[in-house]
Amino acid sequence: VVDIVDETADVKSLVLDAPEWVGHRAGQHVDIRLTAEDGYQAQRSYSIASAPEDEHLVLTVQRIDDGEVSPYLAGELRKGDELELRGPIGGYFAWDDGGPLLMVAGGSGVVPFRSMLRHRAAAGITAEVRLVYSSRSWAQVIYGPELTDLAGADGVDVVFTLTRQAPEGWSGRRGRVDRMLLDDVSWTPAEMPLIYICGPTGFVEAAAAALVDLGHPANRIRTERFGPSGG
Amino acid sequence: MQALDGNAIAGSLAEVFGADMTMAVGRCVHCATRSMIAELAVYPRVPGPVARCRTCGNVVMVVIEFHGGVEVRMDGFELERPPATV
Repeated sequence: VVDIVDETADVKSLVLDAPEWVGHRAGQHVDIRLTAEDGYQAQRSYSIASAPEDEHLVLTVQRIDDGEVSPYLAGELRKGDELELRGPIGGYFAWDDGGPLLMVAGGSGVVPFRSMLRHRAAAGITAEVRLVYSSRSWAQVIYGPELTDLAGADGVDVVFTLTRQAPEGWSGRRGRVDRMLLDDVSWTPAEMPLIYICGPTGFVEAAAAALVDLGHPANRIRTERFGPSGG
Repeated sequence: MQALDGNAIAGSLAEVFGADMTMAVGRCVHCATRSMIAELAVYPRVPGPVARCRTCGNVVMVVIEFHGGVEVRMDGFELERPPATV
């Protein structure tokens, strides 16, 4: 661990120096295994937040208070500590190029999309991309300033929607990612977007069902779910 | 409990098969639904997750994680082709 960055009150990014790392594709994840002194092991999956082109491997972890792994990673871990990683893992949710690309994120489901957006910028990819990112409040938005910066590039659009509380004067969207919002912000089925959805199970299934209902073929939609058990 | 998906067992499967299995396509032996492993419904539990078919709900795969190893039983899921590296 070479650095730990506070992203929100309960989310931290772990900046890692992984000398034997073989490289990854945007959208992949790693498994972290913790071993207690008595030999008890607990393992969880975390999405990679950094681009393949970045100098360091970055994981972003949300602390789940009654979790087994995240309270350690996003609480007790210190610079200089070592972690046992397995990965990179997964080809299904990886993205190298191609578009237009619609990314739909709920909460910390934004993490793999940060990797994709940074990869797009670093690799000079010109495919059009659009991120729709749902959070409870602005205070819970992860990478807010960075995403706002990235949205300034040609062909990149970021749509924030806040479901519970918005700052005074908020001109962005309010409310859940539903059929109406997706109809408004998505490309049409005729434009054949690739669609990636990442978030808690209920969020992912509602967004996927709404997109299928809007006429997007199921085989253009890729989903990655996480749950409270991810803690 | 809400189900995750096959991405959640990708690390264990890669360890056993020596290749990424998330896009491997197979058929549920109970109801014949075709799907990619990433699309299966995965329920975390001890000593390891189980994967169920999203159409019929039957168990198609069991992952057993033990100290220093992983075992995968795939009796309910017929892969269309074996992973390239096996």
